[in-house]
Amino acid sequence: MGLLSKKDSKLILDPLADNNPITIQVLGICSALAITAQLKPSIVMAISVMFVMGVGNVVIALMRNIIPSKIRIIVQLVVVATLVIIVDQVLKAYAYTLSKELSVFIGLIITNCIIMGRFEAFALGNGPWRSFLDGIGNAAGYGVILIIVGFFRELLGSGTLFGFKVLGDPVEKTGLYALGYENNGFMVLPPMALIVVGIIIWVQRSRNPALIED
Amino acid sequence: MEHLELFFKSIFVDNMVFAYFLGMCSYLAVSKKVSTAVGLGAAVIFVLAITVPLNWLLDQYILQEGALTWLGPEFADYDLSFLSFIMFIATIATMVQLVEIVVEKFSPSLYNSLGIFLPLIAVNCAILGGSLFMQSREIATLGLALNYGVSSGIGWFLAILAIAAIREKIRYSSVPAPLRGLGITFIITGLMAIGFMSFGGMLTGGDETEQKEDKAAAEIEIIKEEEADKSLADNTKVIK
Repeated sequence: MGLLSKKDSKLILDPLADNNPITIQVLGICSALAITAQLKPSIVMAISVMFVMGVGNVVIALMRNIIPSKIRIIVQLVVVATLVIIVDQVLKAYAYTLSKELSVFIGLIITNCIIMGRFEAFALGNGPWRSFLDGIGNAAGYGVILIIVGFFRELLGSGTLFGFKVLGDPVEKTGLYALGYENNGFMVLPPMALIVVGIIIWVQRSRNPALIED
Repeated sequence: MEHLELFFKSIFVDNMVFAYFLGMCSYLAVSKKVSTAVGLGAAVIFVLAITVPLNWLLDQYILQEGALTWLGPEFADYDLSFLSFIMFIATIATMVQLVEIVVEKFSPSLYNSLGIFLPLIAVNCAILGGSLFMQSREIATLGLALNYGVSSGIGWFLAILAIAAIREKIRYSSVPAPLRGLGITFIITGLMAIGFMSFGGMLTGGDETEQKEDKAAAEIEIIKEEEADKSLADNTKVIK
């Protein structure tokens, strides 16, 4: 951490655990749940959000003194929308099937509350470098939850990771399936995303009782 | 018939909250009390009913491939659909501001109950999601687009109303401390979503592929329903 002062590294590390955007601040749930049935889309989503947040925070921080406060929401929306269009076009060009799979949820990064929330709370009052770190940190906190949820849902739901059959072949009954293990098809259905996130919150708050709400 | 099918499908089967998790942020943040939940829910229906048809017009006459032919035959090759995100969100943001001004001017009482939620709604994913789904599902007519906006708004309204009522009651039960608040709300929403999945078998019409999907989904659901009943029964036991 030679590059970063202690205060700066806190910006990145805090959102990873005790100030996680999903489990503590309750922001950006919408897209977090819908695309986590498999690991690959979760990771693509995490990277897309990280790009949009990092760059967006810098742009807003650079413009923070010239944006009239009355129309700042519209300015923020335009900045995010532009960045999301770039992400969407890149995905369509280089990973077409994946972009079809993510369907409208790439577009919904625009209304991802984490992004607007960080613009409002941080980038409007801080310089570009610190805002960039804050953006990357929060996007990483978001990505970590996405990847955890995606990991468990794909592993337990389909018995695969990144499409590789890590638990053996369910049709030919090899690996774990030889012992009578069955995939829990329920895990790939939407409701289980909510329950998995609920369990992550449960575990996190049990480990750190300071986070418990009354 | 087409209208009726879309109406019920958007409310129950493709429920914004339970099937696509749209608008979850405000759904979780504003569902502590039934009265505020009703206000926000009504505002969502209202704004969806305005923005979805409007964005349908935009999509149909400006953004789609070949949509600009009404300007002249030389525009037939233009495809502006990559601009749809920015156009949709701009329409939504301006419409929300406009609605806020109009409501404030003409109906102060409605403004008092609805007004505080309107700015929140510009960045609600349910609103943008409504327009994006309208685009990706290629809804055919303006009437259907209006129907889609209203009915998916009603679905969202139902969801937030139900969770607010449950959260008001659950305050009196002994939820494990780390789950209190957010955690238990997630899990209850998951259970409610399982319940709503059983509406999947309600669809009758549609084309053949859709029926096939429904059949497969229905088979899974029968198994799931049993589990859902069991967990719901457990849940009510806990509440009691």
